[in-house]
Amino acid sequence: MSLNLRRISLLRLVPGVTIAALALPVAAGLWGTISPAMQPGAFRAVFDWPGLWPAARLSLVTGMGSTFAALLITLLVLAGLRGTKVYSALIRLISPLLAVPHAAAALGLAFLIAPSGGIARALSPWATGWQVPPDALILNDPAGLALTFGLMAKEVPFLLLMSLAALPQTDASRRITLAQTLGYSGAMGFALVVLPALYRQLRLPVYAVLAYAMTTVDMAQILGPTRPPTLSVQITQWMTAPDLTQRPLAAAAALIQLGLVLGALAVWRGGEATVARGLAALAMAGHRAAWLDRLVTPLAALLAGGIVAALIAGLAGLSLWSFAGLWQFPGALPDSLTAQVWMQAAPGLAEATLTTAALALVTAGLAVALTLGCLEAEHRFALPASRTRLILWLPLLVPQIAFLPGLHGLSLASGAGGIWAVLAAHLTFALPYAFLSLAPAWRAYDQRIAPLAASLGAGPARVFWTLRLPMLSRAVLTAGAVAFAVSVGQYLPTLLLGGGRIETLTTEAVALSSGGNRRLIGAYALLQMVLPALAFMLAMGGPALAFRNRRGMAA
Amino acid sequence: MGVEMQRRDFGRLALGLALVPAFGRGAHAAGWGDVVAAAKGQTVWWHAWGGDPKINDFIAWVGGLAAERFGVTLEHVKLASTADAVAAVVAEQAAGKTSGGSVDLIWINGENFAAMKAGGLLHGPFALGLPHWRLVDVVGKPVVVTDATLPTEGFESPWAIAQMVFEYDSARLAVPPASMAELGDWIAQNPGRFTYPQPPDYLGVTFLKQVLTTTIDDPAKLQRPVDPASWAEDTASLWATLDAMHPNLWRKAEAFPANEPAMGQLLADGEVDIGFSFNPGRASAEIAAGNLPETIRTFMTAEGTIGNASFLAIPFNSSVKEGAQVIADIILSPEVQARAHDPAVLGFQTVLNLAALTDEDRARFTALDLGAATLTPDQMAPALAEPHASWSTGLAEEWQRRYGVAE
Repeated sequence: MSLNLRRISLLRLVPGVTIAALALPVAAGLWGTISPAMQPGAFRAVFDWPGLWPAARLSLVTGMGSTFAALLITLLVLAGLRGTKVYSALIRLISPLLAVPHAAAALGLAFLIAPSGGIARALSPWATGWQVPPDALILNDPAGLALTFGLMAKEVPFLLLMSLAALPQTDASRRITLAQTLGYSGAMGFALVVLPALYRQLRLPVYAVLAYAMTTVDMAQILGPTRPPTLSVQITQWMTAPDLTQRPLAAAAALIQLGLVLGALAVWRGGEATVARGLAALAMAGHRAAWLDRLVTPLAALLAGGIVAALIAGLAGLSLWSFAGLWQFPGALPDSLTAQVWMQAAPGLAEATLTTAALALVTAGLAVALTLGCLEAEHRFALPASRTRLILWLPLLVPQIAFLPGLHGLSLASGAGGIWAVLAAHLTFALPYAFLSLAPAWRAYDQRIAPLAASLGAGPARVFWTLRLPMLSRAVLTAGAVAFAVSVGQYLPTLLLGGGRIETLTTEAVALSSGGNRRLIGAYALLQMVLPALAFMLAMGGPALAFRNRRGMAA
Repeated sequence: MGVEMQRRDFGRLALGLALVPAFGRGAHAAGWGDVVAAAKGQTVWWHAWGGDPKINDFIAWVGGLAAERFGVTLEHVKLASTADAVAAVVAEQAAGKTSGGSVDLIWINGENFAAMKAGGLLHGPFALGLPHWRLVDVVGKPVVVTDATLPTEGFESPWAIAQMVFEYDSARLAVPPASMAELGDWIAQNPGRFTYPQPPDYLGVTFLKQVLTTTIDDPAKLQRPVDPASWAEDTASLWATLDAMHPNLWRKAEAFPANEPAMGQLLADGEVDIGFSFNPGRASAEIAAGNLPETIRTFMTAEGTIGNASFLAIPFNSSVKEGAQVIADIILSPEVQARAHDPAVLGFQTVLNLAALTDEDRARFTALDLGAATLTPDQMAPALAEPHASWSTGLAEEWQRRYGVAE
């Protein structure tokens, strides 16, 4: 009895520990941002910069545009392709695509669409007549279209994965079948009876995507315009200027960026209400829209297929570069192939791979454990969900470049540098994603099962270990894989808090990508993909294998 | 605390330095023996830009020598930007961390050096006490003791000399422009085939300095700090040149490559016909690596091109300053300098005075095949001195004000 009491009180502590893990680093880091921003003249200097409004507009337009497009395509796929062969092919590709680091995906796309890139090479000179690449502004275009496309392409797999985790809880198949028996097209049925339930669970991931898209630095540096760049890229430049006098400017701009993200979220929220009213009116009107499937299915196949093809072609191009000898325009293929780059990269690789995997594994384990502890505590002690919700936002909303230097100062002052500080920072960034990925499925778990089990004599711990956890194993493992991938992808926290002494595949890859060497970038991008891809494959395939004889859990 | 400690170090080293000229080599050899003894077993974390695998391999090779001959372990921290390492030391100073700093050795120059020196973030002077210092060509190559007009005063040790050089594909362009004025004419006649990295990128600002140095009425002004009163007048010729050039640049100057590697990629992809780099041996090295076609050649404009040196500095809070000095000295040895000069390795210019070397050591340099794309010493144009660091900052800021935001 006393043992049981202690366990309960420990569980009660978990939400507090989680909140501390999320909030303390951000709060400390933010303090490190706010105090220099308050220096006299910092905000004035930002407002004096003529690029502020174009840069802010760029962040807004590319961020909101790409998020909207990614969400739309995700929903079109769910509405129009479920049950088709294209759909199952897409699902199989999610894990490897999600595992591609943003920078690698962007570099792949950049090579694909550049005037001297993959597409132009494939068509030249036989179709275009080009012996030298045309002088056309496709990459880094002033409107940010290339950046919007890149962000959208990279976020569709994430939103699809989040939907996959949430969909089983919305009872989608039965609802759509019911709608179809009433004469609705599949797509219309999806929009009217599945979407409202699905979006409730998809909302937080969508917000995370929006905040990320507005503040990304690596993708915007590669695909985005430069005169001016997006606000976050400009902040990074100010932050890393050698003369150190621009730090207050950077800090003030970071606060403006934060305000911009909050504003965009508010606008988005307003948009949600409008769409909801529209859907309600549509439902009341009773249009069956039998023709809709004929439109949605091919459109979804075209858009999703196009995105997947672009990502894969870009990565295939990078992979080819990693084996390429001289490869001049307009050659569609390299003049020669060589394994030289791989031979050179091999020695440094084993150690970086081990460090990366170990960090990611511990991060994912801790993130999932804390998430499960929070959710279970929330369930057992009937804690309000909103308490954790706001805190979760912090690491996702505050631009990394804004609070990491402050965090760095804290870790130095406390003497807690090195691997533990890096691990703590990874946890801060991975935890929200694990939580966002797991919470919807957890909360939507059929509430009737626990009372039923209790009526058969099972205590809450037994219900947790023998029913909830196994039944939600796929969602739990997916959350772990997401946390793993987030940890693998961390660059700035690893570099700053590790004092540069912790070498992961990502810190190596980003350092190399500043040299623009497509061959090495290709090699590292491939390797960077392998680890998270393994984690995702495990999350998708493990439960299916373990429960292959349980109908309803294998799928 | 930090200041006090630095002052003590400064005093000790100043004393050591004062002894050097008086007692010649023998005296500091004894002091150096202590350094070498203390260095044994130390691990030195060298923060250096990690964007070029050739440089990374070279650093690893130096690490092998250091371990084998001096028992010093060298760890290369690969940076995307040197400013990251500067920021780390700044943060450590702010947090009161006066020993056990994360950076032991840093590849640095220009504004980063000026900022760190002004902030009291550097250990030194140490360079003049290195045994191989006597081989450094301080007379013939003044850039090794002057970093963007700021005297290094022994707070950094040179390890390579770089000079801006233009690169072109002789298969597409038979005769390259001979002067900056001819380059301007060529750009006007060949729209879309030339560009430069977007300032504040280092090489982009170097291009601005190149244009300014070759168009300003009195280049001596550039050796002094910027005079705000005559700034507009002094730089007018630069902006007029750029205004004329921009409509005929790659992408009509609506976009610029990010840095030297990105511009090198444009040359490799055939998007531009003339590129430039800050390393006369880069083109040959890239040809050898299979990244550029064998028809690439280099040229320097008749007026000369901007040149400078790359340096090593030791942050004030490193706990292995002896090991860091051993590394800095190994890099000044003829063996290592000759390897860095080999275009198949790095293709860097040496900081040493070849006349001061033994015949055997000199042969290490003269025996090298510099590659078809590398200019011979008599084909090289004079190295133009870097303007004072305040010009770099001013030019980068003014460029961003004028061209950084599209109309």
